[in-house]
Amino acid sequence: MCDQTFVAATFGPCESCGKASPLMNIYIKTEAINYCSFCVEMMACKGLQEGETVASLKKESESLKKKLDEERGKLSDIELNQVAEKVEVLGPLCIKTRRVLKGHGNKVLCMDWCKDKRRLVSSSQDGKVIVWDAFTLNKEHAVSLPCTWVLTCAYAPSGCAVACGGLDNKCSVFPLSLDKNENLSAKKKSVAMHTNYVSGCTFTSSDMQLLTSSGDGTCALWDVESGQLLQSFHGHTADVLSLDLAPSETGNTFVSGGCDKKANVWDMRSGQNVQSFETHESDINCVNLNYYCQLNPFVSGLCCCMFTGAPQCRFYDLRADREVAIYQKDSIIFGASTVDFSLSGRLLFAGYNDYTINLWDTLKGTRVSVLFGHENRVSRVRVSPDGTALCSASWDNTLRVMSWSTMSNILFYTQRKGCCILRLFSL
Amino acid sequence: CELIYVGDCGSAGRPSMRGSPFQFRLEAIVVEMQDSKSGVKCSEQKLNISTIPHVITGVDVLTWITNKMKTTPEEVQAFGTMLVAYGYIYPLQNHKKLVMCNNTSLYRFQTPYFWPTQNWVAEDSDYGTVCQMGWWVTIRTGVGTLFGSGTHYSHLHDWMNHKWDFIVMQATEQYKAGKERKKPDRVVFDCQERAYWIVNRPPVSNMFYQQAIMRSKVKSSVSLGALAKYVTTYKNHDPFLAPCLPSNPWQTDNDTYWTCNTRRVDVPTKMRVERWSFSLFELLSDLRGRDDFKTFLKKEFSGENLAFWEAAEELKWGTGSSMTSKAETIFKTFLAPGAPRWINIDGRTMGLTVKGLEHPHRYVLEAAQTHVFLLMKKDTFFRYLKSPVYKDIQKKAINPDPHNFSPAQLEQNAQSRSLGIHPIILWQQEEEEKAKAAAASAPVDVKAMMSKIDRNK
Repeated sequence: MCDQTFVAATFGPCESCGKASPLMNIYIKTEAINYCSFCVEMMACKGLQEGETVASLKKESESLKKKLDEERGKLSDIELNQVAEKVEVLGPLCIKTRRVLKGHGNKVLCMDWCKDKRRLVSSSQDGKVIVWDAFTLNKEHAVSLPCTWVLTCAYAPSGCAVACGGLDNKCSVFPLSLDKNENLSAKKKSVAMHTNYVSGCTFTSSDMQLLTSSGDGTCALWDVESGQLLQSFHGHTADVLSLDLAPSETGNTFVSGGCDKKANVWDMRSGQNVQSFETHESDINCVNLNYYCQLNPFVSGLCCCMFTGAPQCRFYDLRADREVAIYQKDSIIFGASTVDFSLSGRLLFAGYNDYTINLWDTLKGTRVSVLFGHENRVSRVRVSPDGTALCSASWDNTLRVMSWSTMSNILFYTQRKGCCILRLFSL
Repeated sequence: CELIYVGDCGSAGRPSMRGSPFQFRLEAIVVEMQDSKSGVKCSEQKLNISTIPHVITGVDVLTWITNKMKTTPEEVQAFGTMLVAYGYIYPLQNHKKLVMCNNTSLYRFQTPYFWPTQNWVAEDSDYGTVCQMGWWVTIRTGVGTLFGSGTHYSHLHDWMNHKWDFIVMQATEQYKAGKERKKPDRVVFDCQERAYWIVNRPPVSNMFYQQAIMRSKVKSSVSLGALAKYVTTYKNHDPFLAPCLPSNPWQTDNDTYWTCNTRRVDVPTKMRVERWSFSLFELLSDLRGRDDFKTFLKKEFSGENLAFWEAAEELKWGTGSSMTSKAETIFKTFLAPGAPRWINIDGRTMGLTVKGLEHPHRYVLEAAQTHVFLLMKKDTFFRYLKSPVYKDIQKKAINPDPHNFSPAQLEQNAQSRSLGIHPIILWQQEEEEKAKAAAASAPVDVKAMMSKIDRNK
């Protein structure tokens, strides 16, 4: 079983401090030990041991890195483009904007879909959080937060609450109501407290737990009802900019990306960093997990995509523990800041700082299409829960909902920056 | 006085500052901050059991900076954090978080001895001294054993042989001075040194590489092959690659696609039923599919596995306060000897789970839940797919005809978009259904029933 989260978490007395808590199973020079997350951190920060010098540790670090690359190399028996040769090519894809949601007074920083596939919540720099029924364009609720720059928002799985946070270092939950005139701020519940800005938040499988990432370099899991910190995740050495929950059978994994150029995969139960990917480009702005499952009942796995301030999106295979594809084009100069997969995982939507959304074929590595329309950088793209639409939030104060157009006989026409592509559509 | 940017804000990294032209201006400001009359307010503070002198709070520092620099709160916060990141001010409470907190967090000014501009490279010999000191302090030996033996000592000796005399001399001085210092000063000095080392010698830990090497990995051909298979399997279910039936609501403004795929629809669509066959995860994630699976399990009299799995999920994702009562109910219903819905798991797992339930926590049922899930995945799920229950629903499932709206009809659709049912109402309905189901499946209290019959007689 290669899915890390199927390893049942051990719970018991820590081998170092003796306290009973969820244990991390880690290896020290191939010897397995069970420590609680606090002792692991203490150990990681300990000074030099006997016989160690900074130079010797650096040498050991280099040799371990080389060994890791060797191990990974042994298993790279095939490349993604070879596997993709057998897959059929995608036809031309015409995607049309179906709704433009206007109402925010400033840059829209984040959005999230409701599980009912039509509602969404969005937050903006002017401190407002708006709940929309995107299908009818109705604004159902609007909350004004005392702090501007609401960097993140999330819709609860039940559809009964929203969470939002940002520069106030907190993440609060607002229960929604059927009464449109009700003042939601009165029922606000402060859940997460960080020592720096909150960059991302998401509910887990229920309304009762909230996962947040913060500029203080940590992620944390909170109990919504009591506001108690259930687990904190240390491992990033700089601000954590985004996080994404894995839709796996156990629901125990999530990934976070930060300014230290790393994407870390975490086990929610013990706080253990189970996997880590490094790039050598600039910060990681967004990470996204897509789940894939082989029909063989004994194997399941995860793929992760992340990207950097540089104009590249990287695709990682978590099970093989390696980078398998880079999505880039010479004509793309600006960095991407948000990414999401379509339902099957075949399409990757990436929002860029040059106001466009690029569509990539994840298997073939080619760009399928470019979506224009926004008048400022795209801050967030999200595919709806049933995959029927894509919503993009932008610094031009609007959100756009787009979906596939089934009309055939499509010609493309657009003029942009001197190059001319033909595009025509009717539906 | 304009703000001096000494580095890239927004990163908790520690850019090097040595030789920077700004550092002297920065230091002038830090000196100003310590002025007894016009500087930052400082006081004595109790930390654990000792009283520390000359302590400042984060909010006071930031207020002083605001008054001095007359700039925006964001700039002030950034500047304050830079002072901590570079080591001019160090936190007394949270050593590892090098930020200036705008609250009553306690800080102290770092002694000039440790300022970055002193231009000494944090040398290994100093580190050795610190280690030596640390070793002495932790094993609490008296002056008599200053040159005591021990493997740690001899290793250090070998490692830094060439500087050994210097180190011993330094360490002796520090040790003597340490003993002479009053307790609060020692605590302070300890904090200062620790703070200095956190700024200048980030911990070198190869632990994580070790974990990465030991972690089990899979061949690319296997996992990439699985990825390609998944993508191909779901292609017809992806609304960006294949048309929705009857139509994509966003395209035609008609929401039939959503109404015929609701949670409690009587007859599901063919596509939906097909998706249930992809994996147990898909079947259970779609609550309508889970219902169908439950129907099958009822016929087989083996519903307790799924019921246990559902109860374990509720425990995992529920509120902290409800955990103990849920754990108790689960034990009584599924795990206790002679329980009404006893699950059949191996002895070892049962033993671990029961023991863990003595001090219930969120993940106490993980091992048992995984065991049960794998059982369902490898065996029950495939029997379900071959069963008459599934074949029946496959036959009954409908395939809606694709819509073919004229432009006039599309106009009309756009004018009259359906409001659907609000998720809050749906959730309330679901809660009611759950309560009804729980009541219906509760074990019958035979005594109460018998006494009721007696009373009626």
